[in-house]
Amino acid sequence: MAKVEKKKGLNDETLRGFLREMLLIRRFEERVEERFRAGELPGFLHVAIGQEAVAVGVCQAMEDGDIFASTHRAHGHTLARGTHPNAVMAELYGKIEGCCHGYGGSMHLYDVERGNFGANAVIGGGLPAVVGAGLTFKLRDEPRVAVAFFGDGATNIGTFHESLNLAQLWKTKTVFVCENNHWAESTPGWQHSPVWDDMSKRALAYDMRSIKVNGQDVAAVYEAAQEALEHARSGDGPVFLDVETKRMHGHYIGDPQVYRTKEDREDAAHHDPIELLRDRLGIADDDFEAFDTEAHKMVDAAVEFAKNGTDPQPEDALKNLYA
Amino acid sequence: MPELSYREAVRDALAAAMRADDDVFIMGEDIAEMGGSMGVTQGLLDEFGPERVRNTPISEMAIVGAGIGAAMAGMRPVVEIMYEDFLTLSLEQIVNQAAKHRYMSGGQLKVPLTIRTQGGAGWSPGAQHAQQLEAWLVHVPGLKVVFPSTPEDVRGILWSAIYDDNPVIVFEHRLLYPVKGEVPEELVPIPIGKARTVRAGTDVTVIATGPLVHRSLDAAKRAEEEGISVEVIDPRSLQPLDEDALVASVKKTNRVVVAHEAVERMGFGAEVAAVLQYKAFDWLDAPIERVGAKFAPLAFAPVMEQFVVPGPDDVLAAIRRTVGR
Repeated sequence: MAKVEKKKGLNDETLRGFLREMLLIRRFEERVEERFRAGELPGFLHVAIGQEAVAVGVCQAMEDGDIFASTHRAHGHTLARGTHPNAVMAELYGKIEGCCHGYGGSMHLYDVERGNFGANAVIGGGLPAVVGAGLTFKLRDEPRVAVAFFGDGATNIGTFHESLNLAQLWKTKTVFVCENNHWAESTPGWQHSPVWDDMSKRALAYDMRSIKVNGQDVAAVYEAAQEALEHARSGDGPVFLDVETKRMHGHYIGDPQVYRTKEDREDAAHHDPIELLRDRLGIADDDFEAFDTEAHKMVDAAVEFAKNGTDPQPEDALKNLYA
Repeated sequence: MPELSYREAVRDALAAAMRADDDVFIMGEDIAEMGGSMGVTQGLLDEFGPERVRNTPISEMAIVGAGIGAAMAGMRPVVEIMYEDFLTLSLEQIVNQAAKHRYMSGGQLKVPLTIRTQGGAGWSPGAQHAQQLEAWLVHVPGLKVVFPSTPEDVRGILWSAIYDDNPVIVFEHRLLYPVKGEVPEELVPIPIGKARTVRAGTDVTVIATGPLVHRSLDAAKRAEEEGISVEVIDPRSLQPLDEDALVASVKKTNRVVVAHEAVERMGFGAEVAAVLQYKAFDWLDAPIERVGAKFAPLAFAPVMEQFVVPGPDDVLAAIRRTVGR
């Protein structure tokens, strides 16, 4: 708990740290896009470019011992919670040195030591588990919280409703982070939800406390997440964090976004969380360049590390099936 | 030896596990004050309180999913899905989540979750309250599936399921709940993956699960009167499957009938037949006979339901067919 108190005042130094984190995630994902297009990465990949402030704001507010469930757009959450870029990149290359030793991939990143209980490729698939983990923390009277990340697209699936209902009913130590980027793949919010522009109404239906926050402002996300986590940690019940954010790129890498207007893409670009924080902190070009170079270097090293990683043996596919 | 009903034996295992370990708790629909729709959990609320005997909303996805999360966070939850038919609602959580977290994480996680459910025809509930769907789950790598048929077995195997570090689906059968049987004074854990020879014989091996174990014993007695000696084997665990025990019996009798209440077509018995024809081909003197429900949903009218569901007569007929070849 002492750590929370210490973090509370968000001074410029802390925010500069957040900026560096966000830059690392941005450069990491840009490189993932590039390497995928170059044919080096297998599988199906989704980046969260434009949503870095959500990942960093929430993950920085979490404490050691907290756990989270992520989504198919998981690189940012995983990096922001402290998994080394080398381990994430190696996983994307399918190497033994990856954070899941090649068993997971981009949509299934895990790092249990750092509380990452799994990114989920089924929309809403991870929500019930954070209720169960939050119940465990309550039953054991542990000061821990289980956090679920999910998008607005998940708010229409059964697991979402069953999970919110059960969490509130049992007052589990759970925080639901809705990253509302107003897109369910290619379907805009107004086509998939009657409350697309105010997701907190979903929480209202379950009598759950909700906090609305601008997801492009990392300081605001951090403070809102801290408030939500404290509420849940104290045993007062779950919180719905209603985060308005922007997806600057397509649903998946290679998505031509034929369904999206130029204006909408420009609007997202004008709300770049990195640029917003840079302006707010008044960071000089030289300083920003230095941060950027540092991020690029880490990503270069991660790609190098991953490429030099070890391929699993084909028959390793039959391991890790049962404990 | 004391006698317990199958229902009491399940309850006994749950209570023993909860007494032994604070990490064990149970949740499901109507399991607390009401004691479960089958009366299995009666009295457990009084002994263990509402924190550990948790009534849930009608939310099968959340019941199983919360069990998964609690298991990954270190508990040993036992969740009850009232009817197997409702298991279909939670399949996403079972198939994509419970079965795969350990694998996808490269071995970082374990999911010590037990899912109890029950089904079974013979009381005219119609098509949505009595299906036998175990074949759906034995097909999924990462799950264990058991189907005990006696009080002793269900007590010992349920205990092992609770203390297994993997997700285990325990199939119980509605018509077996009142069936009584002797059990050891103290609970004896029975390992998952071991078959049991229920009755020894020399002419035909009947491999049967759940209620068909009892129906096959009936058929075996009648076959005995006709001079046919029948061995009955209950695999008890469908996944993993004790192939060695089945093969050993077939090598002795050279004839096989596989019997379950679930629909015969594409059923668990088809896999058993495939294993045996491959591993004991040279010992087989006749094609493997299968007994299972006819390919239809369960009708409401009792005469139609009885026609679809296999009984002792169907097993006996299969025994006669294989001996007559």
